[in-house]
Amino acid sequence: MSEIPEHLLKRAQAAREKAESSQEPTDNASPTKETNSQTTVAVADESPIQEIDEKAEEILERISKGLGQKLISSHIAPNRGLWIRVSSDDWRETAQFLRDQLDCRFFDWLSVIDWMPSPYGRELETEQDVDSQAERIEDQPIEWGYTGGKTRFQLITRVYSISLGIGVMVKADLDDHNPRALSLIPVYPGANWHEREAREMFGVTFDEHPDLRNIYLPGDFEGHPLRKDYPLLSRRIKPWPGIVDVEAMPGEEK
Amino acid sequence: MSMTSESDQLAYIASQAADARVNVEVETDEGMTLNLGPQHPATHGTLRIIAKLDGEKVVAAEPIMGYMHRGYEKLTEVRTYPQVTTLVNRIDWLGSFANEVPFILAAEQLMEVEAPPRAQWIRTILFELSRIANVCLFLGDMAVQIGATTPVFYAFRDREFVLNQIERVTGGRFHPNFDRIGGLKDDLPKGWIEETRGALNRMTDFCDEMEELVLGNEIFQARTRGIGTIPSDVALAYGLSGANLRASGIDWDIRRDANVGLVYDQVDWKVWTHPDGDSFARFWVRLQETREACNIIDQLLGTIPSGPIMAKVPRIIKVPPGEAYVATENPLGEMGFYVVSKGDLTPFRVKIRSASFSNMSIAPWVLKDVFVPDIISILASLYFILGDIDR
Amino acid sequence: MIDLLALSPAWWQETFLIKVPIGLLAVLLPAGTIVYLYLFKAISFMQSRLGPMEAGPYGSLQLLAEVGKWIQKEDIFPSKADKFVFAAAPFVVLMSTFLLVVVIPAGPDALFVDLDAGIYFAMAISSVSVIGILMAGWSSANKYSLLGGIRAAGQLIAYELPLILAVVGVVIQAGTMNMQGIVLSQAEGEIFGWGGIGNPFILTQFIGFAIFMIAVQAELTQAPFDMPVAESELVTGYLTEYSGIRFLLFFIGEFASAGVFSAIAAVLFFGGWYVPGIDPANQIFNVIGPLVLAAKMMLIAFLIFWFRFTFPRFREDQLQRLAWKFLIPLSLANIALTGVLKVAA
Repeated sequence: MSEIPEHLLKRAQAAREKAESSQEPTDNASPTKETNSQTTVAVADESPIQEIDEKAEEILERISKGLGQKLISSHIAPNRGLWIRVSSDDWRETAQFLRDQLDCRFFDWLSVIDWMPSPYGRELETEQDVDSQAERIEDQPIEWGYTGGKTRFQLITRVYSISLGIGVMVKADLDDHNPRALSLIPVYPGANWHEREAREMFGVTFDEHPDLRNIYLPGDFEGHPLRKDYPLLSRRIKPWPGIVDVEAMPGEEK
Repeated sequence: MSMTSESDQLAYIASQAADARVNVEVETDEGMTLNLGPQHPATHGTLRIIAKLDGEKVVAAEPIMGYMHRGYEKLTEVRTYPQVTTLVNRIDWLGSFANEVPFILAAEQLMEVEAPPRAQWIRTILFELSRIANVCLFLGDMAVQIGATTPVFYAFRDREFVLNQIERVTGGRFHPNFDRIGGLKDDLPKGWIEETRGALNRMTDFCDEMEELVLGNEIFQARTRGIGTIPSDVALAYGLSGANLRASGIDWDIRRDANVGLVYDQVDWKVWTHPDGDSFARFWVRLQETREACNIIDQLLGTIPSGPIMAKVPRIIKVPPGEAYVATENPLGEMGFYVVSKGDLTPFRVKIRSASFSNMSIAPWVLKDVFVPDIISILASLYFILGDIDR
Repeated sequence: MIDLLALSPAWWQETFLIKVPIGLLAVLLPAGTIVYLYLFKAISFMQSRLGPMEAGPYGSLQLLAEVGKWIQKEDIFPSKADKFVFAAAPFVVLMSTFLLVVVIPAGPDALFVDLDAGIYFAMAISSVSVIGILMAGWSSANKYSLLGGIRAAGQLIAYELPLILAVVGVVIQAGTMNMQGIVLSQAEGEIFGWGGIGNPFILTQFIGFAIFMIAVQAELTQAPFDMPVAESELVTGYLTEYSGIRFLLFFIGEFASAGVFSAIAAVLFFGGWYVPGIDPANQIFNVIGPLVLAAKMMLIAFLIFWFRFTFPRFREDQLQRLAWKFLIPLSLANIALTGVLKVAA
């Protein structure tokens, strides 16, 4: 397997640094509009359609007015989406609020993000996945995405308002050891299967769910495959087909 | 893996009990349990439906899936961004190119790259071609599920022309894997535009044929009208999307209302809706959409701009940290990718929002107090692809 | 040659040893022709494909290949099946087909049995296949089979009635239940005093013919009335568990019955073995009669398969509604009208 060309690595590194500098995660507990627009100002200048961004700001204002203290943090990526974060205790009330007050009647999807860095991450140099190293997990601090976070598991759902033409992504931190939240079925019946999937894949329990059994996996399956500490066995015994064996295009110098 | 907490154990026991409940057929005095699938001709794939019957009336029906679960969400975490398209190609295998687009668009959003106009045009054309290739089969298959064997042959015959056009550009009939971050792999071959016009004419004729042969048939109407009616509120709450939602009277199309990265705003076209919400409405809307797709492609073919097909992107793609959700109006409905990046070569987490999963989640609701034949016609009209449910 | 045949007009009736092969031929030959011409070829052309092309010229030996395949296959009994009933069911179905062909006249003397109440016998025997299908559905120990068998029973009983009522109009007009008599009355009939083509009952009994054909379609469980074997719902209904030779018997039964019912329709509505222009008493009909009947039969059978591959399937309740609320009243009205006109004339 060939080495990555030096210049490409440099370019990728530069791109990454640029992106990191332009998008600081907002960790402050009570977000203000100013911080949000500041973090995204570099992009907003270039974007051709400004009014959708204003719409998101306006919706966020309505949400923060309606939810009050329950809204922990929020994030607007201009023309791309609106993220809010609430506590898992307020999970169902938030959904109720969004459906009733913001006309978000379309239930899009629900899932979980495991923010723990994978202990089985593949290094660029190695052929196989490196083995589980407990200390490596602790070495790497958890970095959360938009709206920040506090715990390893974050519940995320997207609901859409057809009349307003905007989707809202709602996140909620879940307890590390006993991840559980209220089921959304009374608000959105369609959450049923999504919650079953989230339970089997991440081990998140949804209280008041009528039928929380596995949806894909056999009933006696052990473990929760989409958790980051669940090993992907084939990756550990076989060399991983290449990221770096990039061949030069015809007529192009390598 | 050991049980970490009491709740885990309880959930595990509950799941065991529930699975046993499903797997062992319970015969009671009230009726009979009918197990449709996983090997059943009408489930085209490996869906399993357990129906409790009273005579031929369905008291309750429950879909069981997972026979084709391939764990794409986990696999994406060990693939580089360009490699992921190979996986997501196989989600909805009838309209494969359409699966790649939302993922590529999500990655482009995170990288703040925009494909050049020509690439966007060709993407939209291929996207709509795969919609035709997909829905065309539905039009024939729905008739087959209702008992008319002939239309499906016409569907396969005319779909071939569309597949040929896709193959001529991408080199692949089923899994093109043609979309790249920042553009497309190749440009259009010579003479392709004219050939595509010919294929579109075939498709328009095919739609007329289906309208006469299937839609206008009294028996077809008797079998589908008023069957499996889904009111708009229920459809929204269950997350139905695509033609299923529009057949319930909701005038919402991602191509028009939340378009990202494709050039639908350059075309004069119409979103078709039907107020009834029954199986017939779903067939009708899909038929009109196939026609509309021909119309869209026809307009786009005439206005393809010249220029490069690839934006400047680094050879080794590292996507800056961030989160993005991009959904497109795929043949089956809304397909979206929620991509979480931590600045690596691989996505940190990809949530695949596939249309059929949500479309099928309404099945237990809608399959009540219908007859056994209606199970088949309703499922066929909801139109699922197993790979799109199980991912 | 004709003289030779005419001397002993129905020479093939003479001995049992000849009768049996002729009877087998009378059932299997039309069935095979129908399967090849219609099921393999005509339908393929309708569906814009070629059908079998490899075995023999234009795939004409495909049927033999299929039969050979089925005979070779293992004869599987489901472990919970009622073995005796399961094994007997295909023979019951096939038996009804063979009994039906007995009363169909193919010439003035070319017939097996000349029953006075021939059409009555045919209608009665055609219901026997229901028993075979019900046996197959019940004994398979399969829910799909059971549903299919019960659907078949409900459907066949419901459509027996319009079938018989449609025939009643013909019987009134012909004044006889003897099938030979029905043919002769058409051959000797006149249309407003003109006897050029006789009086095929299709001209006066076209409503009866339409009802008869719809009912036959349902009796044969062909689309749009193929719920008992609906492959997209019940896999193949009562046939689900059958394989090998027993499936072949059901298959022959299905297509031979299609031929026999077409032949009955030809006798009732199209003058049977008679062609206009030749005296019906002419002994030549003993030779060309079977061919004429076969030609008419094939034309009618084409209708059956044309409908089969064009229409979607009814639902069971819609089928019953069609039979009881539409076909039966219509056929009763047809009988009343025929009776009034008969008395008036």
